[in-house]
Amino acid sequence: MYAFEFHRPSSVADAIAALKAASDGKLMAGGQTLIPTLKQRLAQPSDVIDLGGIKELHGIRQDGNSLVIGAMAKHGEVAGSDLVKSVIPGLHELAGLIGDPQVRNRGTIGGSLANSDPAADYPAAVLALNATIKTDRRSIAADDYFTGLFQTALADDELITAISFPRPEACGYAKFRNPASRYAIVGVMVARTGGGVRVAVTGAGPCAFRLPDFERALAGSFSADALAGLSVSPSGLNSDMHASAEYRAHLVRVMAQRAVKAVR
Amino acid sequence: MAENGIGASVRRKEDYRFITGGGQYVDDINRPGQAYAYFLRSPHAHAAIRGIDASQALAAPGVLAVLTGDDVKAAGWGGLICGWMVKSKDGSDMKAGPHPILCQGKARYVGDPVAMVVAETYLQAKDAAELVEVDYDVLPACVATDKADQPGQPQVHDGIANNAVYNWELGDKAAVDAAIAAAAHVTKLDFVNNRLVPNAMEPRAAIGDYDRASNGFTLHTTSQNPHVARLVISAFVGVAPEHKLRVIAPDVGGGFGSKIFIYNEECACLLASRMVRRPVKWTAERSESFVSDAHGRDHVTHAELAMDRDGRFTALRVHTKANMGAYLSTFASCVPTYLYATLLAGQYKTPAIYCEVDAVYTNTTPVDAYRGAGRPEATFLLETIVETAAKELGVDPAELRRRNFIEPSAFPYQTPVALVYDIGNYGAHLDKALELADYAGFAGRRAKSEARGKLRGVGFSCYIEACGIAPSAVVGSLGAGVGLWESAKIRFTHTGVCQVLTGTHTHGQGHETTFAQLIADKLGVPIDNVEVVHGDTDKTPVGMGTYGSRSLAVGGQAIVNAAEKIIAKGKKIAAHLLEAAEADIEFQNGSFTVKGTDRSKSLGEVVFEAYVPHHIPQGLVEPGMEETAFYDPANFTYPSGTYICEVEVDQDTGVVEIDRFVAVDDFGKVINPMIVEGQVHGGLAQGIGQALIEGCVYDEAGQLLSASYMDYCMPRADGLPDFQIATTETPCTHNTLGVKGCGEAGAIGSPPAVMNAITDAIGVRVSMPATPEKVWRALQNRQMPQAAE
Ligand SMILES: Cc1cc2nc3c(=O)[nH]c(=O)nc-3n(C[C@H](O)[C@H](O)[C@H](O)COP(=O)(O)OP(=O)(O)OC[C@H]3O[C@@H](n4cnc5c(N)ncnc54)[C@H](O)[C@@H]3O)c2cc1C
Repeated sequence: MYAFEFHRPSSVADAIAALKAASDGKLMAGGQTLIPTLKQRLAQPSDVIDLGGIKELHGIRQDGNSLVIGAMAKHGEVAGSDLVKSVIPGLHELAGLIGDPQVRNRGTIGGSLANSDPAADYPAAVLALNATIKTDRRSIAADDYFTGLFQTALADDELITAISFPRPEACGYAKFRNPASRYAIVGVMVARTGGGVRVAVTGAGPCAFRLPDFERALAGSFSADALAGLSVSPSGLNSDMHASAEYRAHLVRVMAQRAVKAVR
Repeated sequence: MAENGIGASVRRKEDYRFITGGGQYVDDINRPGQAYAYFLRSPHAHAAIRGIDASQALAAPGVLAVLTGDDVKAAGWGGLICGWMVKSKDGSDMKAGPHPILCQGKARYVGDPVAMVVAETYLQAKDAAELVEVDYDVLPACVATDKADQPGQPQVHDGIANNAVYNWELGDKAAVDAAIAAAAHVTKLDFVNNRLVPNAMEPRAAIGDYDRASNGFTLHTTSQNPHVARLVISAFVGVAPEHKLRVIAPDVGGGFGSKIFIYNEECACLLASRMVRRPVKWTAERSESFVSDAHGRDHVTHAELAMDRDGRFTALRVHTKANMGAYLSTFASCVPTYLYATLLAGQYKTPAIYCEVDAVYTNTTPVDAYRGAGRPEATFLLETIVETAAKELGVDPAELRRRNFIEPSAFPYQTPVALVYDIGNYGAHLDKALELADYAGFAGRRAKSEARGKLRGVGFSCYIEACGIAPSAVVGSLGAGVGLWESAKIRFTHTGVCQVLTGTHTHGQGHETTFAQLIADKLGVPIDNVEVVHGDTDKTPVGMGTYGSRSLAVGGQAIVNAAEKIIAKGKKIAAHLLEAAEADIEFQNGSFTVKGTDRSKSLGEVVFEAYVPHHIPQGLVEPGMEETAFYDPANFTYPSGTYICEVEVDQDTGVVEIDRFVAVDDFGKVINPMIVEGQVHGGLAQGIGQALIEGCVYDEAGQLLSASYMDYCMPRADGLPDFQIATTETPCTHNTLGVKGCGEAGAIGSPPAVMNAITDAIGVRVSMPATPEKVWRALQNRQMPQAAE
């Protein structure tokens, strides 16, 4: 790790000010991605701005028909929240499948979404549940948020404050884990929402994406069997030592069917 | 049985220290004035080094020195050695390329240490290392085991043609060829034994400490065998005479073989310490461990098993290519030869066996002994081919094995591959395992799985293992550079406290408890009054360390022999004190008693008398109570066992789940059943890891892709079933304890059981690790319509 200036602001405004003042500042949530990156000397920020002291970024609350999760909510908090469990059980379950207990006790939903790791779980939920990403300056619709490999619609100096999940009628998540890291090789969330059926995939592509033909099939008949004849093209999907693009394409269908069966 | 003696599941004495953070590992030790080292490693698998410019690094804050291969040369120090001479079948010596402490002119694997930066702090050393400019001329790399000795491959060492280390053979080739030609059935298979990273929990570390006054060195290091380290570093690297080099291996957090070997970094720390006149410490980062700890396995093999009409094995023919990596590590050469081919008889009376081994260099991390070392490779091959033969013949795999077992009455049994098994009863553990696994109920369970859309399979492994490699004269005749005896010293104090000094080394195995139990049993000393001392060449008698499941069978027996000497001396003293004839004194439960009377003296009283010999006439015995024994076993010990694994395969994903795993082992006499069970659990986890999830992946350029825990998958509790474990017992015939050794069996016996179960479930073989994708692909291919024959 190279030396950097450390800041621990207590408001979003101070965090943004510190970020703007820095020549190459980095926000830090739980450090689960940032710290290993620094330790491996893959990044050399001038300043690290710790978001841990900003109260307004913490907490999980219900706001009308939506669940609002603060950017600094840890995966463990979401997985341990009775509120999440009662409002969106599929999201509660997804959070409990992230990494291992150590990761869940440090990693945050804001950090996960800002990072947009292709293998992260939350992106599938954000897309499938048609969530809104709230930042220090605007709201971003899920469909506009994920733009590419580790790429999002966030500006360089933009800070996620919360994620608002409209309550679905029902949703379910199925994950095929990387046996080593426990990230998703393929994760699929299926949701029945006011706006129709939404199916979102993580792990398989450069970033999370929706499957319109799966959505149509499920809109016709909401059952695992409705997906039986469908397939996904491996072209453009990720391929690594754990899973080829072909295998991932196959798993997308299998996990989608399992997600449908898991819908609650 | 004495309380807490042999056979008692005594809680491990050392665990309070470990689980409360009280262990003292090398990294916990800090010497006054200590500086820190960082190793700059080659990012290329194969590169000529045109020059190294360290001037900027030397000027960086806190930097004390930058060492390169030239400094090692200037010091007149040599390189690392391989301590086992294996000869090719044409009689020539193996080709050992130079193994420099720091690269000289060439880097041969990703991770090869090119330079060492020493600074006031570790971070300063690491920062400065970025300023060292190395002018590399990147060369094509030789990576694949099976292609390494083909023409046109990049050459790892100058003057070693075709990367060929040796071409070795064992067995009667003519007899085997003839038997195969005449066989009623021959089963032929190809195998890849996947390369593994040992991943000890504690990364390697070393502190080199040069003392100007004595012109001597102290090396704290993560070693399984400090005396062997002292010998090699002194006599071969040429650092200092043995009496000027003290090697201390304190608490060590796991080794699995990887800490047997003598490594570059510990030698470099010694040199750096002499240059900067300060202690120099290095602790590996985990990413360094991945590329610089010697790896395990990595064989490519073709094997043929011949049978007569009744399924009796008539011959086994094996050809193996073994990847040694870029350099011959300390014991690398003996692993795919004397620890491998000698085990190919397994539990069977196959009359003719021939094995040929080509060892090859590649531009990869050196490969050496890893839990089981050669024996897992042999067992995987044999137990897979036997099970395949059973399938081909349509015979139950348990039955085919039973038909070929060496019968209990046949011991001692001379195998056609050099070893003489002293004892065993293979049918006994097979029977017990079949019962525990409810083999009879398998068909019903399979039907139930099928009803749920899953595939179920069962697989066997009947392994043999050879522990406590010995005797010295035999291993010497086979090329070993050292003797493989073990030492022990028992030292009592005035007040009856017992110190046991052992030449073995504990790094997780629980010697402090097991050895104390031996003393409790033999001498009646409460285990809390026994202190086991190991790991310091200045404290313990010369010893050979811990590997090959030797500590109890060799080191434990040495302790017992020393205890016998204590008893013999004690009898002389007791006889005098009790005014009886020495021949009339019996020793039991810690007391010397005159036979047939109630007159006795406790061991404590006798020990006190030995140190305060106020009543002992001159010349009866020497004062004091301290005895040493060196023990050279007459033979290896031969644990054996039957493992049965049952898996369920998810056809949609290819995921394999182990539903049940039964392990019945014959370890001879068991000293501490709880510790033995723990050793079996750990071994099974590692073996199952090899079968299902672990494996090194190198790309064509020689970059290790599976170089962190994000990609290299270690076994975890949640992926393992509840093991059903039992033992049978045929006591070893050539040590008085009757013990055999249990440290590696689990890792040796389990991979073929798992893989056979998968083959049984899906109908085709896949290679290890049986990842979901491989299994899924195999299922896809199987489901393809068969072409008309
Ligand atoms: C071993 C391991 C296993 C894992 N397994 C999984 C898994 O199974 N599934 C999964 O989904 N994830 C997994 N993760 C990822 C983990 O759960 C975290 O979500 C992820 O690492 C981000 O960590 P963090 O929240 O601590 O953010 P940090 O590491 O602190 O930050 C990550 C990035 O996001 C930026 N950032 C952080 N917060 C904000 C914000 N509020 N606004 C704008 N930018 C921000 C930072 O500047 C940085 O660039 C795993 C991680 C590890 C180390």
